[in-house]
Amino acid sequence: MSNHLKDHLFVSGHTACSGCGQAIAARLVVDSLGKDTIVCNATGCLEVFSSKCPQSSWRIPWIHSLFENAAAVASGIEAALRYLGKEHIEVCAFAGDGGTSDIGLQALSGMLERGHNVLFCCFDNEAYMNTGIQRSGLTPYEASTTTSPAGKIWQGNWRPKKPVVEICAAHFIPYAASASVGFPQDLQRKVKKAASISGPKYIQIHCPCPLGWGFDSSLTLEIAKNAVLSGLYPLVEYEYGKLTKVFKISRKPVIEYIKPQRRFRHLLKDEKVLKELQGVADRNIEYYGLGKEEK
Amino acid sequence: MKKFLEGSHAVAEAVKLCKPGVISAYPITPQTHIVERLAEFVANGEINAQFVNVESEHSAASVVLGAEAAGVRAFTATSSQGLVLMSEVLFNIAGLRLPLVLVCANRALSSPINIWNDHQDAVALRDSGWIQFFVENNQEVHDFIYQAYKLAENPKIMLPVMINMDGYILTHGMEPVDIPSQTEVDKFLPPYNPPYKLDVDNPLSMGLLGDPTVYLETRYAIQKTLEDVLKIIPEVGGEFESVFKRKGIDLVEKYKIDDAEEVIVAMGSVCGTIKDFIDKKRKEGLSLGLLRIITYRPFPKEEIFNSLKDKRNIFVLEKAVSLGNEGPLYTEIKSLFEGETPYVSGFIAGLGGRDITFNTLKKMLEIAKKDKVRSYFLDVNYSLLKEEFFIYE
Repeated sequence: MSNHLKDHLFVSGHTACSGCGQAIAARLVVDSLGKDTIVCNATGCLEVFSSKCPQSSWRIPWIHSLFENAAAVASGIEAALRYLGKEHIEVCAFAGDGGTSDIGLQALSGMLERGHNVLFCCFDNEAYMNTGIQRSGLTPYEASTTTSPAGKIWQGNWRPKKPVVEICAAHFIPYAASASVGFPQDLQRKVKKAASISGPKYIQIHCPCPLGWGFDSSLTLEIAKNAVLSGLYPLVEYEYGKLTKVFKISRKPVIEYIKPQRRFRHLLKDEKVLKELQGVADRNIEYYGLGKEEK
Repeated sequence: MKKFLEGSHAVAEAVKLCKPGVISAYPITPQTHIVERLAEFVANGEINAQFVNVESEHSAASVVLGAEAAGVRAFTATSSQGLVLMSEVLFNIAGLRLPLVLVCANRALSSPINIWNDHQDAVALRDSGWIQFFVENNQEVHDFIYQAYKLAENPKIMLPVMINMDGYILTHGMEPVDIPSQTEVDKFLPPYNPPYKLDVDNPLSMGLLGDPTVYLETRYAIQKTLEDVLKIIPEVGGEFESVFKRKGIDLVEKYKIDDAEEVIVAMGSVCGTIKDFIDKKRKEGLSLGLLRIITYRPFPKEEIFNSLKDKRNIFVLEKAVSLGNEGPLYTEIKSLFEGETPYVSGFIAGLGGRDITFNTLKKMLEIAKKDKVRSYFLDVNYSLLKEEFFIYE
């Protein structure tokens, strides 16, 4: 235990659900960055479960302000560090998928456009989990949430995920990538790569949520892996707006990814809808060239 | 050195002398001249600050929040819609106990959109935990900037300050302003050295989740601090006066009220007009005075009560209204004299930049003589009401 505390910059004692993908991802990110890091955390699960007064899981300077302004507060911290001549400190903004793709998108775009040396990490668990599993701009196609429930007419969420990685890349920032807790080494490599670059960086990390997605908490990493391997969560890297690298996969049918998840249960009864989701994966594989068989 | 300056530039000159490390703002009329001048200073190397051009006032407030949390003195300015867009962040800044200084060029709130002056924007933020001053002229707004940082950054206070100046009337109005030297300001205002900040050598978590076992205490703590602020404001003002030989910040200003039977209570630049009006009326034999509220938050109850308790009539004249009730300042002044003399009447005037003239003030005295009024709107054009809004009086 003492070793554990000494080694990690995000430590246990927090109140995340068992099997929380976001807690694993946060630890992987800050451990990759090291102690010369300041984190600005948007409102959301990560903030709530890690910082209940008077306790904190963070062994680096950490601030939570509001839901939509993590990128702007991080911009202010970075400007202050520039003023102080402490540019070696890595400033990070952390937000969930809602705090990134919906309410926080304007502040994020502003931060990218102004060129702040900030790494923005989106912990993408694909819905507003902190408020009780409502859909966000990053909720996948056909996922059932409390505000996009599968019913007699609705087949879950009616839109595909907002292409936030591409939106960030379109700002011609030095680095925009997607990653997954299912592939921790790949994630840490990307975080370290981002930290080595000066300027605005964006990493979107897929973080399965046992409670919100409805699966057994022992399956977090397996489900994360299957999301990537099915082609539903492509791991990609953009440098200055150009796609430079993709994580190659051998196609796994999406059924293997969605089967253990309650949010996709209605797809198992409806072949047509399931086919549509398989179509999303197939299009991803083709668009990004994810297939191992392709060059 | 005296310079002939519009209020916005008087602000910018003062901010420059306070040496902020980060300045961030978003354009909004009639505040823009403040940050335009500051941008010029930064562009020419006259201020060694990071100037962050943001995409909204919400982000402007968030940027300066982040800078202050990192231990660097910061500045922003806004107005009206910008202030209410910031409002979420402004509550947050007070809760985080960050000593930011913000200048608000007071302007009416939409709808209808109106770029002219009233106090509705700042008054809407009165419960946010910010210290709020209302200034009367350009010298005052200039002087209040240094004093605001000094007050806010006092380790016993650590609360943000909003300096309110009337949009256009002061922001665009020219007046001679005495600008001190950098040495004088440095003597008065030491570098910002916060008791807590985001520091990799001493990692702290800020902005924690405060559940029902702790939240109430955070609010109580701000309330207690604001009570102390009432004592510290005159101290800072006194210190300023000893260095700069001008009147410093204070809770209220009493203009010819010692022997007055009737007193007007007001805030901001209109007090200049009221003072002239009083001088005129005194020549006509009226026993009239002015109590100018300089510090609106914390509300200096004791000072106001003691200034007004022996008076016969009090006329509260304000540029804001709590729609559905009465003028907010009136409610607060009246609450000090519950069921007792003096009689307090409430008047609302000047909303959306309507000029408050001697005629307005004359009308106020006439109405107060005839009627007991609580939220009387002065200078209403009743034919417009009838034609456009189908309201018949």
